[in-house]
Amino acid sequence: MLGIEDKWVALAYLLCLAASALCITYGLLRWNQGDEPVEEADQRWAEHETRESEEL
Amino acid sequence: MMFAQVDFWDLAWVLLYLAAVGYLGWLGYSHTKNATDYLVAGRKVHPFIMAMSYGATFISTSAIVGFGGVAGLFGMSLLWLTFFNIFAGIFVAFIVLGGPTRRMGHRLDAHTFPELMGRRFESRFIQVLAGLIIFCVMPLYAAAVLIGGTEFMATAFGLDYNTALFVFAVVTGVYVFFGGLKGVLYTDTFQGVIMTVGMLILLIWAYVSVGGVVTGHTDLTAMKDQVFIGFKKIGHQGWTSMPQFGWGKPDYNLWWIVVSTLVMGVGIGVLAQPQLVLRFLTVKSGRELNRALVYGGTFILLMTGVAFTVGALSNIYFFKREKVVGRILSREEAKVIAKKEPGQKPATVPCVLLHVDTTGSGKADTHLVERGIDTAGPDGKTIPWSKLMRQAQITPLPDGRAEILPRASSFTRAVVPAGPDWVFNPDSIIPTYITAAMPRWFKVVFLLTLLAAAMSTMSSQCHTLGSAIGHDVFEQLSGREKPGQPPPQATGDKRTIPVEFANSGRSDSAAQKSNRTIVIVRAGIVVGLLLAVTFAYFTRGGYIIARATAIFFGLCASAFLPAFVGGLFFRRITKAGAISSMVVGLVVTGFWLVFVKEAEAGAIGLVRLVTGGPNSILANYPNWPVVDPLFVALPLSALTALVVSLFTRPPADTHLAKCFGAGSS
Repeated sequence: MLGIEDKWVALAYLLCLAASALCITYGLLRWNQGDEPVEEADQRWAEHETRESEEL
Repeated sequence: MMFAQVDFWDLAWVLLYLAAVGYLGWLGYSHTKNATDYLVAGRKVHPFIMAMSYGATFISTSAIVGFGGVAGLFGMSLLWLTFFNIFAGIFVAFIVLGGPTRRMGHRLDAHTFPELMGRRFESRFIQVLAGLIIFCVMPLYAAAVLIGGTEFMATAFGLDYNTALFVFAVVTGVYVFFGGLKGVLYTDTFQGVIMTVGMLILLIWAYVSVGGVVTGHTDLTAMKDQVFIGFKKIGHQGWTSMPQFGWGKPDYNLWWIVVSTLVMGVGIGVLAQPQLVLRFLTVKSGRELNRALVYGGTFILLMTGVAFTVGALSNIYFFKREKVVGRILSREEAKVIAKKEPGQKPATVPCVLLHVDTTGSGKADTHLVERGIDTAGPDGKTIPWSKLMRQAQITPLPDGRAEILPRASSFTRAVVPAGPDWVFNPDSIIPTYITAAMPRWFKVVFLLTLLAAAMSTMSSQCHTLGSAIGHDVFEQLSGREKPGQPPPQATGDKRTIPVEFANSGRSDSAAQKSNRTIVIVRAGIVVGLLLAVTFAYFTRGGYIIARATAIFFGLCASAFLPAFVGGLFFRRITKAGAISSMVVGLVVTGFWLVFVKEAEAGAIGLVRLVTGGPNSILANYPNWPVVDPLFVALPLSALTALVVSLFTRPPADTHLAKCFGAGSS
């Protein structure tokens, strides 16, 4: 298949493309899903992270 | 001349690139800064930027040069690693691990991977142990990244290896210290885009030059009789075939090397990479992760998929298409090292080397095997190297130069000097291919691609390494809490926290401690970089880039993965379970590397020192000495986490509520 002798290597070649296609399809289908409001814990974490990053 | 093959435009493009990186870094500081600043402002990072930043951190010169070179040796079976990189490293990581990691990390106010682990399991020991593991082993991975860039600079621009290492280390080191640590998203994204463009050009050019996809693969399949004899003996069946599978005979060694070390070790290890896990903490919501999948899945395919495919296809170019035109300056009978194990006589191939000047500089810049020389083997029989090695075809030209068809495989074409010796160096395969097969302008594009890949990865490596020793080890062992410590009543933590630390204000002692921590962080980064450079200086040959990377990834998987995944998804996993799992993963991996895995045990030399014989205690049991530690350590580590957790007291409900959210059950 595709000039590749071993079916296991051909499978790997196709699975690379399939896995990439899966990522693209899944991402596009759920493009607007999963949004979450920023909570207090998120804000607190970000402020601490910013301060430590500035120090560094 | 040291920079014989570097011209004005090469330097101009590199300087322009560095100026662009500097400008974007400045822009980042003065405007939108980093991902955290977006989060502070309640804004979201564009998914393209998030994916590019993650991808540029994930993919380094190690993947492109090191693993690409391994594909030149062992063929397209390496594509299984690309599949794992995309499916596990992107899809599973983003969809399964990303959200829970972000939510738990924010609830526990964790800012490093060891801190996340330590707070999830209410254990200072876990945080310190994880920090120490990262600090001790990360330099190995950083060295792999350095070697990848160095090999390319050495081959493409005619520098000697040590000079190239110095230049590459200084450029990336300066970048890391002057802004790289902050992980400015614009810079990461710019680097990701350069990598994408470079690899896309490489893919198209490589396939077009071999006559297309199917023709190229078919030609590669037809070349299987050109596989180097040493690889045939361990199961190499051609560049479009899996190695021979089985157990109990040396003929199956290659299958276990490819699958257990290169594919599984790195493919699974990516899930527990401390520097990648941190990226999830900067994401606003699951929606950004969903969207980032679109770009991330494409990016990784273009990086490792292209590198591994081109690495394998390079064999066709070197065997059928390459023509070297230049002046043959000298011929040399040499024993080129094919395999070198510490404490053992190196496996060499006696052959005649041609030293060729292709640029007219008067110095040899290309080294080719002209023919093999028959020699007596250890058993007294003649080894017919003149027949086993293809003879180069030389046609004299009227101007005194010669046209040489090397007719080599990628392995036998990558001849480089290493001290007084000559070696077949797999890490030089991709650089040699780029230099020989691609137009000259692409050398600069590819150098920028590798600089981008190295800079983005090394900045996150240094950040992780420095914070591991400063934040996770020093701060914890110095017995003081950090300002961001969650309130003790919420975490179940019995340690007392000064009032001022619970607020955003800072006391003098906090400021002093912070200053000390920063000094330790910076010192840690310097020490880590020096260790990486030292390692890169002393090791060359034997696909060391891929092996060093695999050791780091495998150790992370064995020591961290069961506790990390268990901590994210299972309430029942206990502190004792997590500690014992990490210790078992670490100890078994260490034992395997010191006593069993032949290549690493040989480099350490303890078994040889004690027994006076072989490098591995299982040397007489074929295949065991090439099985990766991950194959043994990860199952044992996971089993330990499960069993110990079942027999120890579960965590307090209040702590679990803090970790998983008050509304969860």
